Amino acid sequence: MSARRETYARTLDLARGCVEIGHGGGGRAMAQLIEELFLAAFDNDWLRAQDDCARLTVPVGRLVMATDSHVVSPLFFPGGDIGCLSVHGTLNDVAMAGARPLYLAASFILEEGFPLADLQRIVASMARAARAAEVPIVTGDTKVVERGKGDGVFITTTGVGVIPAGVDISASRARPGDAVLLSGALGEHGMAVLAQRENLSFDAPIESDTAALHGLVAAMVAAVPDIHCLRDPTRGGLSSALNEIARQSGVGMRLREAAIPVREPVRALCEFLGLDPLYVANEGKLLAICPAAVAETLLAAMRAHPLGREAALIGQVVADPHGFVEMETVLGGCRLVDWLSGEQLPRIC
Amino acid sequence: MKYLDEFRDGRLAQGLAARIRREIEPDRRYALMEFCGGHTHAIGRYGIEDLLPAEVRLIHGPGCPVCVLPSGRLQAAIDLVERERVMLCSYGDLLRVPGAQGDTLLKAKARGADVRMVYSISDALEIARTHPDRPVVFFAIGFETTTPPTAVVLRQARREQLGNFSVYCNHVLTPPALRALLATDLSSSPQEAATCGAGVIDGFIGPAHVSTVIGTRAYEFVAAEYHRPLVIAGFEPLDVLQSILMLVRQINAGEVRVENEYARAVGADGNRKAQALMDEVFEVRPSFEWRGLGELPNSALAIRPAFADWDAECRFAVPAIQASDHKACACGEVLRGVKRPEECKVFATACTPDHPLGSCMVSAEGACAAHYHYGRFRQAVAS
Repeated sequence: MSARRETYARTLDLARGCVEIGHGGGGRAMAQLIEELFLAAFDNDWLRAQDDCARLTVPVGRLVMATDSHVVSPLFFPGGDIGCLSVHGTLNDVAMAGARPLYLAASFILEEGFPLADLQRIVASMARAARAAEVPIVTGDTKVVERGKGDGVFITTTGVGVIPAGVDISASRARPGDAVLLSGALGEHGMAVLAQRENLSFDAPIESDTAALHGLVAAMVAAVPDIHCLRDPTRGGLSSALNEIARQSGVGMRLREAAIPVREPVRALCEFLGLDPLYVANEGKLLAICPAAVAETLLAAMRAHPLGREAALIGQVVADPHGFVEMETVLGGCRLVDWLSGEQLPRIC
Repeated sequence: MKYLDEFRDGRLAQGLAARIRREIEPDRRYALMEFCGGHTHAIGRYGIEDLLPAEVRLIHGPGCPVCVLPSGRLQAAIDLVERERVMLCSYGDLLRVPGAQGDTLLKAKARGADVRMVYSISDALEIARTHPDRPVVFFAIGFETTTPPTAVVLRQARREQLGNFSVYCNHVLTPPALRALLATDLSSSPQEAATCGAGVIDGFIGPAHVSTVIGTRAYEFVAAEYHRPLVIAGFEPLDVLQSILMLVRQINAGEVRVENEYARAVGADGNRKAQALMDEVFEVRPSFEWRGLGELPNSALAIRPAFADWDAECRFAVPAIQASDHKACACGEVLRGVKRPEECKVFATACTPDHPLGSCMVSAEGACAAHYHYGRFRQAVAS
């Protein structure tokens, strides 16, 4: 089903070339950019057809759809870049319904003058992430804005997936007595990006935790089909994720600070900058809420997966008409883990 | 984290709390004010109040530089950045502080003003060096802790004759604020107070970082003139608990002394080099407005005429804007310990961290914001 390929006078100069306005103009330059850069990296039958849409076969079941825009600055950071982040972010949104992701769409807003070499690096990273996740990027779009009207590249991805029969995961299903589980250490993505910012010259050994979590979710759902809630604590961190669940379910939470894993470099950098790791973004962690009776089974399933090795039981759901998320501190006192006020760290994903 | 985890040890904290409980005398009152926002934050963040007996009451003081910045000075900065088209560099927590009519630097930025968030004044100096064609103003705030770095950078700017850099100085001083608090608290002459025990504050948890600069001697007047004990304490939770125990012991023994719990960083004379730097670059303003407390004499610093070329208030027309806090706001009473945050009518209703009306709600270190973020659930439980 491959379309006839256009022949171009010369191939794209991926080493020294830049994005030009014509690359978004709908003409031959755009076709060449798509073929030699995007298609070459993402290569699959749907893209090779070069239609404006992808025709997909969908298994029976409930369909999940999620979309996510990525504007992270800087574009490349320790442990990842905007490319793999844009794949992982949407896959994780789909996975948090307990769904198996099937397909991705990707939309690029490129700034005139952006080096094609950087774009190729980003696209290669997306392709690697999509392949590793076994979820193809089946359709896409490219627009170019004038120099100064963008910030290199913005990527929006959309994903669809299906929910296995018998799974009903929603942020409104937390019940008093449920256990709260966290898949690993907090704050690595946010602090990796922050340490990289141009006005902060930190040499912190912190890498983003960006990862696709649907494999971990599949293992969890197989072990405990009755997981009540899943949420990836991205912007706003653990505090926002738990406050959202508390509000949607009409419950409170009670956490134990000593049980929440945070690695030493993240703690140190947070300490230095006056930030609280509970509010820092993650891109490869999830929170799970399940009946207390199956918490140990779920914890064991999480720990058996490479992305859940450091999983921990961090607290429980309690009845609370105010919907407060409270935490027993390392000192033995109690504090509120409130919603984030304002924006702690802009352009983090 | 070495040198930090040692001061956050839960077992030691429980031990200290047990000693405080043992030494409390039930018929006595222990209303202790922590002056600094750093202490307020630690108390909320670690839930220290839960470890204390009911007889010990902590009053959150005015030592949060963002909180006490009068809204008129903030509004003047917004006007400066919009009218003079300067590049204004500021600490992040100042960006959301409301000026007159609720305007903020963040809103000005959204309207197109060039407002940059920096982590230190030296970042602002570097921005000025790399943008020689733009006037760059650093919005300096803070107590004696952040004043020496401002002095260093002003000297550096003069040495480099950096013509496009200036500082909008809002540095304030701790001892005059303590004096004003005590004078208001006692509402009578110190001599009378000493005999009749007026006022609501029984003792002070004294500043940590400020004291590294000004030393313990700077607080002697608290004991000598106002007959209140003061214990200088570090910002870690065990420092706070230890200083409370020391205050409880002084109160039980009827003593009024300045003690130093934070001996690992603070000496009697403070940092003389830093003091000399401050004296070279700054002079004391005859009067300065503190949000929530009003005009306090000799309580703030201005840049000396020798550095006028780098003083934004000399370089640009910075208007003196009078802006009063919301009528229902009880910040003044909260800062003096007369009211608790939750006793203010607008607390957590019209006044929240996202839409602060009063000074105590504007920074995470403010008394009301700390209570809102960390302790609001107690109020709900009580009701």
